[in-house]
Amino acid sequence: MTQSVVVQVGQCGNQIGCCFWDLALREHAAVNQKGIYDEAISSFFRNVDTRVVGDGGSISKGKICSLKARAVLIDMEEGVVNEILQGPLRDVFDTKQLITDISGSGNNWAVGHKVFGSLYQDQILEKLRKSAEHCDCLQCFFIIHSMGGGTGSGLGTFLLKVLEDEFPEVYRFVTSIYPSGEDDVITSPYNSMLAMKELNEHADCVLPIDNQSLFDIISKIDLMVNSGKLGTTVKPNSLVTSSSGTLKKRHKKPFDAMNNIVANLLLNLTSSARFEGSLNMDLNEISMNLVPFPQLHYLVSSLTPLYTLTDVNIPPRRLDQMFSDAFSKDHQLLQADPKHSLYLACALMVRGNVQISDLRRNIERLKPSLQFVSWNQEGWKTSLCSVPPVGHSHSLLALANNTCVKPTFMELKERFMRLYKKKAHLHHYLQVEGVEKSCFTEAVSSLSALIQEYDQLDTTKNMPVQDLPRLSIAM
Amino acid sequence: MEHAHSFSVVFRGNTPSLWLSMSIVTVQLGQCGNQIGFEVFDALLSDSHSSQGLCSKRENEAYQASCKERFFSEEENGVPIARAVLVDMEPKVINQTLSKAAQSGQWKYGQHACFCQKQGSGNNWAYGYSVHGPRHEESIMSLIRKEVEKCDSFSGFFIIMSMAGGTGSGLGAFVTQNLQDQYPNSLKMNHIIWPYGTGEVIVQNYNSILTLSHLYRSSDALLVHENDAVHKICAKLMNIKQISFSDINQVLAHQLGSVFQPTYSAESSFHYRRNPLGDLMEHLVPHPEFKMLSVRNIPHMSENSLAYSTFTWAGLLKHLRQMLISNAKMEEEVGSDCVAQASLELLVSSDPSTSASQSAGITGIDWHVRPPLSGLPPLGKMSLNKDLHFNTSVANLVILRGKDVQSADVEGFKDPALYTSWLKPVNAFNVWKTQRAFSKYEKSAVLVSNSQFLVKPLDTIVGKAWNMFASKAYIHQYTKFGIEEEDFLDSFTSLEQVVASYCNL
Repeated sequence: MTQSVVVQVGQCGNQIGCCFWDLALREHAAVNQKGIYDEAISSFFRNVDTRVVGDGGSISKGKICSLKARAVLIDMEEGVVNEILQGPLRDVFDTKQLITDISGSGNNWAVGHKVFGSLYQDQILEKLRKSAEHCDCLQCFFIIHSMGGGTGSGLGTFLLKVLEDEFPEVYRFVTSIYPSGEDDVITSPYNSMLAMKELNEHADCVLPIDNQSLFDIISKIDLMVNSGKLGTTVKPNSLVTSSSGTLKKRHKKPFDAMNNIVANLLLNLTSSARFEGSLNMDLNEISMNLVPFPQLHYLVSSLTPLYTLTDVNIPPRRLDQMFSDAFSKDHQLLQADPKHSLYLACALMVRGNVQISDLRRNIERLKPSLQFVSWNQEGWKTSLCSVPPVGHSHSLLALANNTCVKPTFMELKERFMRLYKKKAHLHHYLQVEGVEKSCFTEAVSSLSALIQEYDQLDTTKNMPVQDLPRLSIAM
Repeated sequence: MEHAHSFSVVFRGNTPSLWLSMSIVTVQLGQCGNQIGFEVFDALLSDSHSSQGLCSKRENEAYQASCKERFFSEEENGVPIARAVLVDMEPKVINQTLSKAAQSGQWKYGQHACFCQKQGSGNNWAYGYSVHGPRHEESIMSLIRKEVEKCDSFSGFFIIMSMAGGTGSGLGAFVTQNLQDQYPNSLKMNHIIWPYGTGEVIVQNYNSILTLSHLYRSSDALLVHENDAVHKICAKLMNIKQISFSDINQVLAHQLGSVFQPTYSAESSFHYRRNPLGDLMEHLVPHPEFKMLSVRNIPHMSENSLAYSTFTWAGLLKHLRQMLISNAKMEEEVGSDCVAQASLELLVSSDPSTSASQSAGITGIDWHVRPPLSGLPPLGKMSLNKDLHFNTSVANLVILRGKDVQSADVEGFKDPALYTSWLKPVNAFNVWKTQRAFSKYEKSAVLVSNSQFLVKPLDTIVGKAWNMFASKAYIHQYTKFGIEEEDFLDSFTSLEQVVASYCNL
């Protein structure tokens, strides 16, 4: 079994990261009743004897002593990280695995990437190496950040290059929060564009998520809870609700609930690698199956259940509803329209008491309404994990490599161009050492090239699938 | 052709069994291979212990002893240990497999029979073949060697693997090649799981063609089970509502068990056949160009239905024969329990051409297809409907187990029209009959066939892989680990050759 290290960068990255660790702990507590440190837990946590001073405290087997997250926390302001260290999760984090500063990146990618990048490069390397050393077999880095700000966007993507150089065989999965149209950070288009180039070049897999989608989902949950439409209640100990586990009438901290959704995504993504099942799917299989060409590594995710399931033994019809939901826009974490675009590949990661016949029945049912690229007509990757998420009998995570991401990128480009043409705020970037106009133009070309790839694929949509002439053999 | 083995008289403990069976070493690779391997050993031993053998006590004992020698070695406290090596590149499945076996209380795997790593092959054939293979070659081959050394008399290897993933397929191909190098005089049969048509793994077609082309060079026979076919059996014949991989593997294990459990030879009813693999190869693979074998088993039904059903050999064999020539994956769909017998009798006794319209509607046997009259082209070939194509065989083996088995008449399988012209039926067809019943079925018949059964599935996989290859999708994942475009082209060439050879039978 392998281990993964989470690198949470910036305010957004750390808030999501914090939610993730909370949920991960609760999930493992629910699954691992005996308190034995097993391989599943070791994927994200170290077992440490806290009485030992210094580094030697790792315990590889036996009873759980003290769990430490395999995480590196990076922020150029102290606020969020301090809050985490004073909160209920403070013991989960190794205080040596933090990098903080006080001045912040001022919502400036260039400051995050170039200034703090060079300033903290050595420290970053040191912390990453340390966390890798603690792993028996490190498979994956999960980077969590937002695109629109300065630290998450700039320093977060600086990290990618470091990871690629230092750990070339370890996968880099990036969870990126894209800004919505009404983002109040004026420079977010610049930051996002510059970050995109890094994601194009140095990430193995990117899960783009936008705040708007998360917000819509939370609003719907709120609506349903308040209108009493959910029948009984939303399960109180379900991980879908807010991290404190209690239900709030009106979400005072909507970000909390929104972050929970992203945290759930990461949990479900890794469940088949951590827990047993009849058809396992390891993290290296995600990239293998869902990335047909190196540049096209952006995956749209949708997650169910998001709302409620109250029954334990659900007859197949309700199970089928879960599959339908995964293909409905309500459950997507990105504003996009996969059904009217072209699928390059699709992964269905199921948890709980779901069998192969359920999977196949639903694939057959949903297939006709989806368009797959001609060379991948049966482009489904599936996994069955026996362990359901806490509070539910089953769940489904769908990851789609679909040309529907194109509009998101085109919008990003448009917003960028509107600012760039006026040269608004450009001097804040250009005055940073190492930043020139070419950074911007290169970033734009990179994104344009990506958009063009999707364009070309889109032209093949609706074309009849023809079998190519085969090799003929002389008998 | 006589076996080139020396017959030795072997005594085991208090059982004066003459000519005990030679042993088979099973290599289970990847998640699929290990999950199936468990079910196979479990099925073999359960059947062996079953009290419904419908034969004499002495007969039963001989059967048990033979089965044990073939597949198990004995430990001190009497718990049989499977003659198996378990290989996987990550630990979850092997751990599960080991504990399930131990929990059965009836048998277990050897303590040191496993090879495991921490990180899987990522569904990447190239990774399994080029990275894991060489890296772990010594350890894996050493484990296998230890297992072979435990055998007094060694028949050969049975390698269980899937084609779709990364370990079973890639590492499986590598290991098979190694076995060919290190044990050139031993037989190797690869049991290959053909994935579902609508993907389990997106790159399954690539992995499949790479596996098949490599195995064609290094293996002696490829015994194929298709997930789609077994799934249909579970759905239509066993009436299982929510089909799990466990269900599928159990049906599969049942089919394998009915092939591999001890049988008598046609010539002699004094002792069970000694060399299962040798005999299978001898009868079924007369020419190295034709290595693809498939299994058809009849009857298949849920336990409830079994209690109410009786069959005649004539009925079973008629169905089995029609399954062969019409390329059916399974027998007729059987309705409710009490209809079971009636519907089969009806189909057996009435004129096939009238029941054709009824049966063609159910996904089962197509009674329209008939063998060609000698000298005339087959009827099917003239028809526009591809499904009417008549299935020509290279060789067939029918194994019958159960009550009154000596009365079973297999003449229908000796029709020269069933076979390709370069083999006479007397060489192409064989039957093994055994009184001792198998696994609760009073009568059961299994057909192992080297025929055009697999041409269409193979052709389909090659076609899909070719389409994907033309777009170069995913190729970078393979070239990263040393499998280049030329390697793909080689595989395509080999397999087109295989398809062509079978089509021209």
